[in-house]
Amino acid sequence: MGGNGAMADNTDNIIVDTATRIFQDLCEPNTVNEAEQGVWPKALWHALEESGLTLTWVPDELGGAGAALADGFAVLRAAGRFAAPVPLAETLMAGWLLTQAGISVPGGPLTIAPIHADGRIALTADGALSGRARRVPFARNAGHIAVLARRGDETVVALVAATGLPISQATSLAGEPRDDVSFDGAVPMAVRPGPINQDLLVSFGAAVRLQQMAGALEKILEQSVQYALDRSQFGRPIAKFQAVQHNLAMLAGEVAAASAAADAAAEACASPDIAIGEIAIAKVRGGEAAGTGAAIAHQVHGAMGFTYEHSLHHATRRLWSWREEFGNEAVWAARLGRMVVERGADELWPFITAGS
Amino acid sequence: MSFSFRFDPVELPPEAKELRQEVRTFLREEIDAGTFSPDGGKGSFSREFSRRVGAKGWIGMTWPKKYGGHERSHLERYVVTEEMLAARAPTRAHSTADRQSGPVILRYGQEEIRQKILPQIARGELCFCIGLSEPNSGSDVFAASTRATKTDGGWLVNGRKIWTSGAHHADYMIALLRTSPPTKENRRHGLTQFLVHMKTPGITIRPIINLTGSHDFNEVVFDDAFLPDSHLIGEVDMAWKQATDELAYERSGPDRWIETFPALVELVRLAGEQPSERLAEGIGREVAHLATLRRMSLSVAGMLQAGKTPAVEAAVVKDLGTNFEQALPDKVRLLAPQIGDSQPDSNDDRFEEALRYATLIAPKLTIQGGTREVLRGIIARGLGLR
Repeated sequence: MGGNGAMADNTDNIIVDTATRIFQDLCEPNTVNEAEQGVWPKALWHALEESGLTLTWVPDELGGAGAALADGFAVLRAAGRFAAPVPLAETLMAGWLLTQAGISVPGGPLTIAPIHADGRIALTADGALSGRARRVPFARNAGHIAVLARRGDETVVALVAATGLPISQATSLAGEPRDDVSFDGAVPMAVRPGPINQDLLVSFGAAVRLQQMAGALEKILEQSVQYALDRSQFGRPIAKFQAVQHNLAMLAGEVAAASAAADAAAEACASPDIAIGEIAIAKVRGGEAAGTGAAIAHQVHGAMGFTYEHSLHHATRRLWSWREEFGNEAVWAARLGRMVVERGADELWPFITAGS
Repeated sequence: MSFSFRFDPVELPPEAKELRQEVRTFLREEIDAGTFSPDGGKGSFSREFSRRVGAKGWIGMTWPKKYGGHERSHLERYVVTEEMLAARAPTRAHSTADRQSGPVILRYGQEEIRQKILPQIARGELCFCIGLSEPNSGSDVFAASTRATKTDGGWLVNGRKIWTSGAHHADYMIALLRTSPPTKENRRHGLTQFLVHMKTPGITIRPIINLTGSHDFNEVVFDDAFLPDSHLIGEVDMAWKQATDELAYERSGPDRWIETFPALVELVRLAGEQPSERLAEGIGREVAHLATLRRMSLSVAGMLQAGKTPAVEAAVVKDLGTNFEQALPDKVRLLAPQIGDSQPDSNDDRFEEALRYATLIAPKLTIQGGTREVLRGIIARGLGLR
């Protein structure tokens, strides 16, 4: 079968195998719960860093692993499956962004800012940054932040040490750090112009979240099927009830659609200018699948899935959080709709088939 | 263990991309020549059109050349199919044979029949229908009771098939007939597939008009209709073993998500260049669903090309696809600017016509070719739940 190489084959990929083994060993449900209480999962992060996974998207000459975009996306899908409570996605994104500008990538946890379409960080004439970025993922844990900033008319990438930045802590509804960061007066360690603007950064972020969402959806399908087989009511496993079977069939469909959407977004990132239409399609469909899928998984799990003790919420709360980031379904759908009407009715079909 | 179904990305090979342009050119010429109109106004059945498609080499594309096929890939076939459907080309005279009946004959038919029938199908000369449903055997397809009884040199058929689409046009039917009673161990045992010439004495076709006012499906009555031995397809009593791959072919194609697409196209036309935010968002959502479904459907074509039998994956695509195409007209209806007296515009008429058609056919989309309930049962089995 074809495939343009943008997607890794999960079945025989040593990078993904390595990541999965690390998550299996060091990212247990309790690790996720403790992280929400503020305990940094040191062993997990250490293992990810030791294996080079945190620098997946950084080429050899900038100190990284130099792996393909597809490999990194596949690792993030695995991370999503395990609800890994570390800024792996953010460190990968920061590595990618810095690399685009040719800036060497430091070790340790990284994150990016700003993450919103209307992000406004400026690099002033005196060489200092100004502006605030809201809801920066894992800012409190990051050693450095890769910042996209405006310098006059151009967009530059700036590497900023996080130490000493005023950070106002907040959390996502999944309990992950989403902090407001003030960059006023911060002097970057490096500044380089790069090809990435805020729109492309948000698009790339959407593709990253889609991988994590696809992983989380795979997880809740697995959990829901297993639960339905294990749980008995009315004298038989609830998996034997047609209503439950049909709910799970629908969940499987949503998971498959989200997975296909995540693949499409990953492919779109392989082109230099990122195919925005593909990203829009993927984030809308993936976001919908996240909502529909999480609802079905909870319905199947009953009251048990609504407890903190059960790990279902590790995935479902992240799905509700991630679908909102880097543009939710409404934002991307409106943009996609405008793209479609601009082309006109008779170009709708060619637009849909353009990717292949 | 992973419970997730995989729909690996497929990139179309260069020859498929060239082919797409070729098909578009052909369809434009056909429209210009007045063969059909893209709004579906001239019907979906044209033997002349099917012959021209056959002459292009676009029927039986994946079959061996010795049977009149063209030994091209499933991906190329996919491209032809989706272009035809998107343009609302009148493919009904050949589509069933191309998609389903031909592959069954190729796989299980007797050599004499293959040599006789397949080249004719590939030339666009034969129209097929499918004889599955009966008055007491709908979703429960293995409850069929129309009998084929062994006689000298062949079989005598008695009983009736119902909801048979296009039987009144068809030259042949592939029928599922009872040759033995089911066994205690296997209730699916005892059914056999046959090739039926529709002009066989003893066959009566009665129209059943559907709610759109059209004559599409029929009742087909068999009264001592004689089928020669050569028309036996596959093993006697063992049709249940042959059914699975047929369904994989039937269930994943573009026809399972594209039926109401014209309503969306006309909504885009109506929207103009400055749609409201609400309208833009609504259009975007539907396009996102459509594009993702197409991606999954194409992925299934890739699985077929790789020699797999993706029956469960096909059921997933059909379930998602038919639910999408069924819900689409209602979404479109509520997004569209209301027609009023102040804006006389011919686009309104086109829109209304497309929406009316889509609304009327919507109910059948989750019934034909396997109901939603049947599909979800298949998916549940694939998940290990039953």
